[in-house]
Amino acid sequence: METFLEEVNKRIDGVPLQSCYHCRKCTAGCPAAPYMEYNPNKVIKMIQNGEREKVLNSSTIWLCLSCETCITRCPNKVDIARMMDVLRQMAIESGIGAKEKNVLKFHEAFLAGIRRGGRINEPMMMAEYKLKSLDLFSDVLLAPGMFLKGKLALLSPRTKDMKSVKDIFEKTRQL
Amino acid sequence: MKVSYYPGCSLHATGKEYDESMKAVSRALGIELKEVEDWSCCGASSAHSTNFDLSIALSARNLIAAEKDAMDVMVPCAACFNRFKMAEHHLKGDKSLKTKIEGVVGAKYQGGIAIRNPIDIIYNEIGIDALAAKVKKQLTGLKPVSYYGCLLLRPPEVCEFEDYENPFMLDKMMGALGADVKNWSYKTDCCGGSLSISKTKIVVNMVDKLMKAAREAGANCVVTACPLCMANLDMRPSKGLKLPIFYFTELISLALGVEGAPETLKSHMFDPRPLLSELKLI
Repeated sequence: METFLEEVNKRIDGVPLQSCYHCRKCTAGCPAAPYMEYNPNKVIKMIQNGEREKVLNSSTIWLCLSCETCITRCPNKVDIARMMDVLRQMAIESGIGAKEKNVLKFHEAFLAGIRRGGRINEPMMMAEYKLKSLDLFSDVLLAPGMFLKGKLALLSPRTKDMKSVKDIFEKTRQL
Repeated sequence: MKVSYYPGCSLHATGKEYDESMKAVSRALGIELKEVEDWSCCGASSAHSTNFDLSIALSARNLIAAEKDAMDVMVPCAACFNRFKMAEHHLKGDKSLKTKIEGVVGAKYQGGIAIRNPIDIIYNEIGIDALAAKVKKQLTGLKPVSYYGCLLLRPPEVCEFEDYENPFMLDKMMGALGADVKNWSYKTDCCGGSLSISKTKIVVNMVDKLMKAAREAGANCVVTACPLCMANLDMRPSKGLKLPIFYFTELISLALGVEGAPETLKSHMFDPRPLLSELKLI
C-alpha cells in the first residue's frame, strides 16, 4: 500500500515534498495563511507524518487561493500550489468532501455553468451557488446596482458546439 | 498587427468595461482583433481546484480553436491567461498527457501560437515611445499605483512575465500617459480571487489592506489588468476605504482621446468620474 506521502508525490508529479527544508518562505508569503488551520509548510510535514484525515479534512486546502506565491519563492521548487490542488481532489474523491463547504459549492456551481452553456452566465451561476449553499442573503444589496450598470446580463451568448464541451466533462470524469 | 482575441466570460459580463476599452485601445493602436471561433470558458479556478484533466482540457479546447487562425492569441483576462499558459506548459512538457487530452477534446494540439496578455503586446510590440507619441490628453494629477495581482505573473516559469516580483510594464505605460505613478510594495499581492463569493470576509480583509497601502503610497486610484482584481477592489473594500479602480486600457483610451472613452467608467461600482472631473480629465 502506498503511503500518503507517496500518493501525493505521485499525483504532483514534480519535485518530491521531502525536498522541503521548512524555511517557511511559502508561509511567509501566503496571503491566506492568517486564515488557515495549518500553515502551508506544516501541511507538508503532516503529509510526511501520514496524517491523511487531518490534512484532507482541513480548511487550509480550501482557503488556498492558488496565487502561486509559494512555488514562486520556494528555494527548492516544491509545487505547493499544485499540492493544494491534489489534496482538494483527494478530499473530493475519498468522500471526505470539503471542510469549507461553500468554497466547493461555488466551484460546483461554476462548473455546472460551463456544462450548461459553455460560458459562465454570472447571474445563473450565482443563483445556483445560492441554492446550493443556502447562503441566500449575502450580496443581495449589490445585485440591483450591478443590474442597472449592465454588469449582470440574464442572457449571454453561449458556446454553439455544446457537444464538444459536454464531451470534455464526460471524458474527464472517467480519467 | 493582427492577433486572435479570447475575451473569456468575465469580459462579457462583470468585466465588460475591460472588453470595450481593450477593443477601443486596439483600434487606436492599430492592433486588429479576431475573436476565437466559438470559444468556451477556460475553466478558471474551479476546474483546476477540483479536476486537473478537466482544467487542461477546457483550456486546450480554446487553444486548439485559436490555432486555426495561426496568430498569437491575446488574452486580456489574467485568469484565462494563466490557465492557457498552464495548459500549454503541461501539454508541451508531458507527451502522455497531451495524447490523453487530445483524445478528450477530439482534436490535435500543435502548440504553435503564442499566448500573450495585452500588457506584453502593447509594451513590447507597440512600445512605450509610440504610445507616448499618441497621447492627446496627459493624465496630469492622476496618481495611480499599478496592481498586477497573481495570475499574470505566477508561476514565473509558466507565465514568462518580465520581472515577476517587481513588475514595471504597467508603471511605465501609465507614466507615458502623463500619470504620476506611485511606487508601492503590493503590486503582486493577491486580491482574494474566487473566494470573494464563498469567503467574503477574508477578501474584505485582503482588499482593505491593499486600499490602505495604496493611500499610504500617495495614490488617488489603482490601475489593474484583471477582471477578478477589478471586481474585488471595486466592490469589496470597507466603507471609507474605497478608491477609484481603472483597467489600464480605460486610462490609455482616455489619454489617447478615443471618442466615448469615459463611457465604460459609468458602470464601475465605485464611480471614478468625480476624481477625473476634479482633475479636468473628463
